[in-house]
Amino acid sequence: MPVPEGPAPEGGDALVVLSRVDKHFGSLHVLRAVDLTVHRGEVVVVIGPSGSGKSTLCRAINRLETIDGGEIRFDGRPLPAEGRELARLRADVGMVFQSFDLFAHKTVLDNVTLGQIKVRGKDRKSAGARARELLGRVGVAAQADKYPAQLSGGQQQRVAIARALAMDPKVMLFDEPTSALDPEMINEVLEVMRHLARDGMTMVVVTHEMGFARSAAHQVVFMADGRIVEQAAPEDFFGNPRSDRARDFLSKILHH
Amino acid sequence: MFDFLEGYDLLGAFWVTVQLTFWSALGSLLWGTLLAAMRVGPVPLMRGFASAYVGIVRNIPLTVIIVFTSLGLFQTLGISLGADRFTTINFRLAVLGLTAYTSAFVCEALRSGINTVPLGQVEAARALGLSFPQTLRLIVLPQAFRSVVGPLANVLIALTKNTTVAAAIGVAEAALLMREMIENEAQLILISAIFAFGFLCLTLPTGLLLGRLARKAAVKR
Ligand SMILES: Nc1ncnc2c1ncn2[C@@H]1O[C@H](COP(=O)(O)OP(=O)(O)OP(=O)(O)O)[C@@H](O)[C@H]1O
Ligand SMILES: [Mg+2]
Repeated sequence: MPVPEGPAPEGGDALVVLSRVDKHFGSLHVLRAVDLTVHRGEVVVVIGPSGSGKSTLCRAINRLETIDGGEIRFDGRPLPAEGRELARLRADVGMVFQSFDLFAHKTVLDNVTLGQIKVRGKDRKSAGARARELLGRVGVAAQADKYPAQLSGGQQQRVAIARALAMDPKVMLFDEPTSALDPEMINEVLEVMRHLARDGMTMVVVTHEMGFARSAAHQVVFMADGRIVEQAAPEDFFGNPRSDRARDFLSKILHH
Repeated sequence: MFDFLEGYDLLGAFWVTVQLTFWSALGSLLWGTLLAAMRVGPVPLMRGFASAYVGIVRNIPLTVIIVFTSLGLFQTLGISLGADRFTTINFRLAVLGLTAYTSAFVCEALRSGINTVPLGQVEAARALGLSFPQTLRLIVLPQAFRSVVGPLANVLIALTKNTTVAAAIGVAEAALLMREMIENEAQLILISAIFAFGFLCLTLPTGLLLGRLARKAAVKR
C-alpha cells in the first residue's frame, strides 16, 4: 500500500480546529457536532456520500457558510465575523471549486494577479511575475493571455489552483476539484495537487478519487449525514474500515 | 418648398435635445448602477429602498415626474439646482426628472445582467478576500454591462424620445419647436416628417453603435 510521501506532522501545530460545529439549512441538520483538527503541512481528505455535508464543511472554514453552533479556529484565533478581518482570513485560505469559476471576462494572467493586487496590495509588475511563475508550476504558462473559455477544463482548474496559490494561503481547500472534468484531465489536476502536498502545503480535499486519498492523504475523514463517522490514516481506513457506513460506501465506490 | 423653415432654429432645438439626452443618460447610468448595486447588496435597508424606488418610479408617467420637478421642486420648494435663468433652471429640472425616471429602467436592465453572472464567480471573488464593493466593481458589473448592452441601448433610445416630455415645462427642445411651427405654418405633415427624421438621426446611430458593441463584447466571453 502506498504511503503518503511527506511525513505526517505531529500534533501541537494545529492550523484549523473545528470544535462541535453545527450547521442547519432550515430544518436540515447538515453538520452535527463536527470535530476536526488540521495540522500545518497536513493533507486531510474528506470523503462520503452525496449530501453528507462535505462541501458545507469546506465552505465553513473560510466562512462562505456561517455556522450555528460550536467554534472554528484558524491559526489560533476564532474566525472573524466580517469586514477587513474576514477578508484577510479568506485571503489566507485558498479555495478551489468543482466548477473552476474563473473570472470569464479576464485573461488567465489577470485571474491570477487580481487578488494579489486588490487584496494583497502588490504592484502589477511583481504580481505578474508571481502569476507567471505559478502558471508555469501548474503547467499552463503558455495560456497566460487567453480567456478561460479558450482553455480545457483541466487547464482551467489548474489556473484556478494558481489563482488561489497566488495569495500565499496558509491552507488550501479543494471541493471536488476533479468531479467536473473529463477522465483524461483528472490526472493532470491531481498531479498538481500531489506536488503541492509534497511541498508541504496544508490541504483539505473533498474528493472521490481514492487513489489520491491513498497516496497523498495523512488523514482520511469519512462523513455521513453531517457527522464525521470515521477518521484514520489512509492505510487503516482503506484496509480496515470500522463502521458499516464506511464499508458500504467503499464497496460501492471501489467496485466500479 | 422649405421656405417655412425660415426664422426657426431647428438645429438649436435638436442641440438642446441632444444635451438633454446626454446629461440624462449620464445621470441615469450612474444612479441606475448605484440602485442596482443596492438591490443586490447585503444591506437590507438599501435593498428595500432601491426596490421600492424602482417599483414606484417605473409606474409613474414621465409627464407627472417632469411637471412635479417644475411645480413641486422649483415653484413650491424653491429648488433651482444652482441656476438663476429660467431656461437653465428648467433644463436642469428636466435632466433631474429624466434621470430619476430612466435610472429605474437602467437598474432593471442591469439587474437582469447581474443575474447572468455565475454565482460561482462571486464566491470565488469572495474566497480571494475581495470585499463586496470590489466584487461588484471588478467581477460582476463588467460582465453584467456586457450582457445588457442591447437592453441598455433600448433604454437610451427610449430616453432620447422621452426628452420631448421636457416641452411640458418649457424646455426649448425639438418637440416644443415642432408644436410652435405646426401652429404657425400650414405644413403639418412636412414638419412632422422633418422632426421624425431628426429623431431617427439621433436614435439610429445609438442603436447601431451599441449593437456592434454588444456583438464585440459577446465574442470575448
Ligand atoms: N444553500 C443551501 N440551502 C439549503 N440546503 C443546502 C444548501 N447547501 C447545501 N444544502 C443541503 O445540505 C446538505 C449537505 O450539502 P453539501 O453540499 O455539504 O453535501 P456534500 O457532501 O458536499 O454533497 P455532494 O457530494 O453532493 O457535493 C444537502 O442535503 C444539501 O441539499
Ligand atoms: Mg459537495
